[in-house]
Amino acid sequence: MIRFLLNRELRVEERLDPNLTVLNYLREHLRRTGTKEGCASGDCGACTVVIAEPYTGPNGDALRYHTVNACLTFMATLNGKQLITVEDLKQQALHPVQQAMVDCHGSQCGYCTPGFVMSLFALQKNTIEPCLAKTQEALAGNLCRCTGYRPILDAAEKACTNRTVDQFDEREAETLARLRAIKPEVTAELSHDGRKSFNPITVAELADLYLSHPEARLLAGGTDLALEVTQAHRVLPVMIYLGHVSELKGIAIVNAQLEIGAATPISDCAPILAAEYPDFGGLLHRFASLQIRNQGTFGGNIGNASPIGDMPPLLLALGAHVQLRKGNTTRQIALEDYFLDYRVTARQPSEFIEKIIVPRAQPGQLFKAYKVSKRLDDDISAVCAAFNLHVQEERITEVKIAYGGMAAIPKRALACEQALRHKTWNQATLEQAVEALAQDFAPLTDFRASREYRLLTARNLLRRCFLETTSPAIDTRVAAYV
Amino acid sequence: MSNHRPARTQAEMAEFFAAGLHTGVGTSLKHESADKHVSGEALYVDDRLEFPNQLHVYARMSERAHAKLIRIDLTPCYAIPGVILAITAKDVPGQLDIGAVLPGDPLLADDVVQYLGQPVIAVAACDLDTARRGAEAAIIEYEELQPILDVEEALAHEHFISPSHQHVIGDAAAALNAAPHRLQGELRIGGQEHFYLETQVASVMPTEDGGMLVYSSTQNPTEVQKQVAEVLGVSMNKVTVDMRRMGGGFGGKESQAGMPAALCAVIAHLTGRPTKMRLPRTEDMLMTGKRHPFYIRYDVGFDDRGQLLGLDMDLAGNCGYSPDLSNAIIDRAMFHADNAYFLGNALIKGHRCKTHLASNTAYRGFGGPQGMLAIENVMDHIARYLGKDPLAIRTLNYYGKAERNVTHYHQTVEDNLLHEMTAELTQSSDYVRRRAEITAFNRASPVLKKGLALTPVKFGISFTSSFLNQGGALINIYTDGSIHLNHGGTEMGQGLNTKVAQIVAEVFQVEVERIQITATNTDKVPNTSPTAASSGADLNGKAAQNAALTLRQRLIDFATRHFDVSEEDVDFSNGYVRVREHLLPFEELIRMAYIGQVSLSSTGYYRTPKIFYDREQARGRPFYYFAFGAACSEVIIDTLTGEYRVLRTDILHDVGASLNPAIDIGQVEGGFVQGMGWLTTEELVWNNQGKLLTHGPSTYKIPAITDIPSDFRVKLVENRKNPEATVFHSKAVGEPPFMLGIAVWCALKDAVASVADYRFHPDIDAPATPERVLWGVEQMKRLKQTQACARADAATEQVNA
Repeated sequence: MIRFLLNRELRVEERLDPNLTVLNYLREHLRRTGTKEGCASGDCGACTVVIAEPYTGPNGDALRYHTVNACLTFMATLNGKQLITVEDLKQQALHPVQQAMVDCHGSQCGYCTPGFVMSLFALQKNTIEPCLAKTQEALAGNLCRCTGYRPILDAAEKACTNRTVDQFDEREAETLARLRAIKPEVTAELSHDGRKSFNPITVAELADLYLSHPEARLLAGGTDLALEVTQAHRVLPVMIYLGHVSELKGIAIVNAQLEIGAATPISDCAPILAAEYPDFGGLLHRFASLQIRNQGTFGGNIGNASPIGDMPPLLLALGAHVQLRKGNTTRQIALEDYFLDYRVTARQPSEFIEKIIVPRAQPGQLFKAYKVSKRLDDDISAVCAAFNLHVQEERITEVKIAYGGMAAIPKRALACEQALRHKTWNQATLEQAVEALAQDFAPLTDFRASREYRLLTARNLLRRCFLETTSPAIDTRVAAYV
Repeated sequence: MSNHRPARTQAEMAEFFAAGLHTGVGTSLKHESADKHVSGEALYVDDRLEFPNQLHVYARMSERAHAKLIRIDLTPCYAIPGVILAITAKDVPGQLDIGAVLPGDPLLADDVVQYLGQPVIAVAACDLDTARRGAEAAIIEYEELQPILDVEEALAHEHFISPSHQHVIGDAAAALNAAPHRLQGELRIGGQEHFYLETQVASVMPTEDGGMLVYSSTQNPTEVQKQVAEVLGVSMNKVTVDMRRMGGGFGGKESQAGMPAALCAVIAHLTGRPTKMRLPRTEDMLMTGKRHPFYIRYDVGFDDRGQLLGLDMDLAGNCGYSPDLSNAIIDRAMFHADNAYFLGNALIKGHRCKTHLASNTAYRGFGGPQGMLAIENVMDHIARYLGKDPLAIRTLNYYGKAERNVTHYHQTVEDNLLHEMTAELTQSSDYVRRRAEITAFNRASPVLKKGLALTPVKFGISFTSSFLNQGGALINIYTDGSIHLNHGGTEMGQGLNTKVAQIVAEVFQVEVERIQITATNTDKVPNTSPTAASSGADLNGKAAQNAALTLRQRLIDFATRHFDVSEEDVDFSNGYVRVREHLLPFEELIRMAYIGQVSLSSTGYYRTPKIFYDREQARGRPFYYFAFGAACSEVIIDTLTGEYRVLRTDILHDVGASLNPAIDIGQVEGGFVQGMGWLTTEELVWNNQGKLLTHGPSTYKIPAITDIPSDFRVKLVENRKNPEATVFHSKAVGEPPFMLGIAVWCALKDAVASVADYRFHPDIDAPATPERVLWGVEQMKRLKQTQACARADAATEQVNA
């Protein structure tokens, strides 16, 4: 059984197919059709809805609003939360974000509009004053084919200027109390037609469940797993949802390391990683879309072992470790020992990622990370590269380099590292290292890029790293011109 | 609106009357559905209430690009609980072919499949997922045939859907031979997925007498009506198509909305149950056609200044497997191979290449963009060859006002605004200063390079199939003074309904809120042309204006009789009617007219004057007028990766006297960004089996919010009414701004050319993805090196001598 608030209405669902997405629940079960399906793959944002959850902030308990793609969200994940859809905003009059969209001529065909309205609603809730960068971040996962976006940017500015108290603010205490009353305290279960999902609360329960259901699929953010249902049309008979296991969430600084809970949403990791490694933050800003980052988790991006995931190359270059757990047994392994082959990992049956351990930045360390894709935002890398160099008096004392998109797994460039280690960081060394990359990688041609482009770009990114670390006055990044 | 307005005194009414109307033409009213869009209340076809016995259809697609169908076994489909019916081509009761203009599009593949993605069987079930599982269970066996997938291969084999065609003016061959300079080149232009946010969808209800009520997301309700009637084998009067709004169309729903509607109709006919078909995104992208990819080759002659003397150009369009609308599309590419330029002696050849891909179809610009891109590429090529600024070559070749103003299809270009517009935009965009700054920046910046380009648009307005240039409307006024407006155009987001309501409001001088906009419906206005060719407001606005004028005249005639006054004594303004000195509310006059037995319902009709075209001779006046625009874009590229950003775009666009400036600006901005997407990140990739690999938004990248120019300045040309007698002297705006995006492509090439000091023309096909930009940079580096070596060799030789 799961319980959640659909705006103000308490919904209790006992028998739902765990493979049911929030989008299909809204449209087909409730005939609540304001939320639209544009792609059912989390790439267009037409189905954006807002989830409100209690959190303890500086001013006590409050509601935190974030956007997700309803098409990639399984129903079980709603347990204990408030779901807000476009129908909930208008009362007698339009909500201020809706009115701003109307006033700025922000809709044409109107099909993407409910999604934009919900992204704007969450943006307005999370900003004090209008800020172009935050607006772009909030809306980069919403595609519009008609307007060219300019009027929507205007609407965002208008909606975030002098924002007034709305019905959600007025009812915040009431909503918090109602959510507290349905806070999940025990493992929730949803089952229908032999399909099951479990929402454990503690990591011990999770470990036990996974031991007794080794065939289960772990559902973290679901932004990749849900595609098996919505795109590949497969059935997931057993799922275990990690999102209610609070021990798997959050970031701790232990000694000189960051320990990141595997189920921490990527958007929650971004600020602290950006503070340590500005380029890590910059890359996370371009990681899929805000909706995906709100939902997708740090562990999930590693767990699915995609060769084109954006975080693994960075974590490999930083020398990160993963802590795995099976039953009561935990072990730590280097991330590079985790990825074995295309979508094959060192994870054993019933074993799951508990946390990821990332060394903190050190003085003298140079860390550069680059993502190259057709589109700046919400795109998958053709090539992703990360360079971690320790340079003392122009001499490279330690180096780790890793690439994504260049092989079947995210992979260290060992020959290239070899060409750099203990050398002087100069043009001659650079060119030897650039040459060495051909020994490390034989990339493939696909619809994102040709093998020739991938190899040349991989080389040129190392050249860019050299320029940025040796001639910082030279302008090298077009992404700065947004 | 309330039927009970407070009674006003004569003096109060006089105030309103004098104030005039605030919601007529020329005002920036919000979109008529804006409030419903933002609240989720706007209903699209898939949002309509379903019936308890609703069926959902899924079509299984061909897994081969070209093959014989050896065996189809549908029995396994019925093993899936919930499957009601599975059909093949043999089950279609009427005509199998749903080709819009020419035959060639079977509703379901019969005997052979001609592209990977072609519907082969259709399965109806209680829900979409069950229908899909049922369809996947069928056994389909193929015998492979050789596919042709590449446009150049089709051209080489003359594998055409219809014969090639040419436009001729002067003697291109002689001019080329005599020209002091001559260049040849090739250009490959990619296609474009429409990516309407709402995929193709239709829902039908069987009615009496074997008829069907069809809800379809279509730009062409009459075509859907005809297709449904034909596949059922019933007459058109048994089929009604209702279309309230589309979630985007862009041409993709002009001819190809018919397939889901017709499949639904066949299944509804066979089962007697209401039936719906909505294409999931992947299926939509695999099944339906796109913008035509083109292969272009040219041979151009010019003088020392860069003025064109002769042009021989081949435009080969990749039509996919069937004719669809391709004849007219390739023709329009040919009609726009001049863009803004006087070609002089020209031979423009258009080839309609048949390949085993989905049938490419209408898409905003309808071939025009590809023709224009070809000639803009020629302009750049000449400029680099002569070492001049491309803008100078462009303006030098502009059509003249009094001379050098005849196109290669022998239409005289009248009322050409481009000279003034280019001068104004050059000024307002600060082109000259920025050109100098960019050259300086590029000298100092080793990695990042900037580029700048100012390109014009001249786009011909009218369907080139002249008979399509007609529109119809129906207006009913009810006894409470409320107005029901219907017309033959369809609303796909472009604001057509808003504009037409404004036109009617203007004629009656009533506030627009009094006018109820209703779904386009083949019952109300028959035999409509598609809402396409940017013609929606021109044709249907004028038809609605004519209907309103008819009713207005009836009201005037009634008032003159009833009040015994002359016509000049009756006047309408802002919801009131003045009869001599006496004022009365509009609704009061309506009530009196009804009592006075006056018909308060009228149709309106319009056909475009002046146009004619003889395709055999390739001569005439296919276009009523031209719409003009110009864009100036600045970009920055990374010479290490090919990544880029658009820094600034200035646009000046001509819409005549705007019916609604806010909506027109929306069309200009949206068109520009869509055009830019076509030429930058939107890349369609097929594998060597003919399978489209980029079949979803994770792999096919339309512009997102951060891709638009960081500095975006859009202006409409002011105080320039359309000299032709269009509706309130406005101009069409749907397609022309799309081609403003060419400025971005040319600016990218400009930035790349800077790598070799602007001495060479980079060969960058469209779309200019980061990869293509990087290869352009590498080409420039090679050429620069080669030239440096050649210079060094020459210097050495001189020294040795």
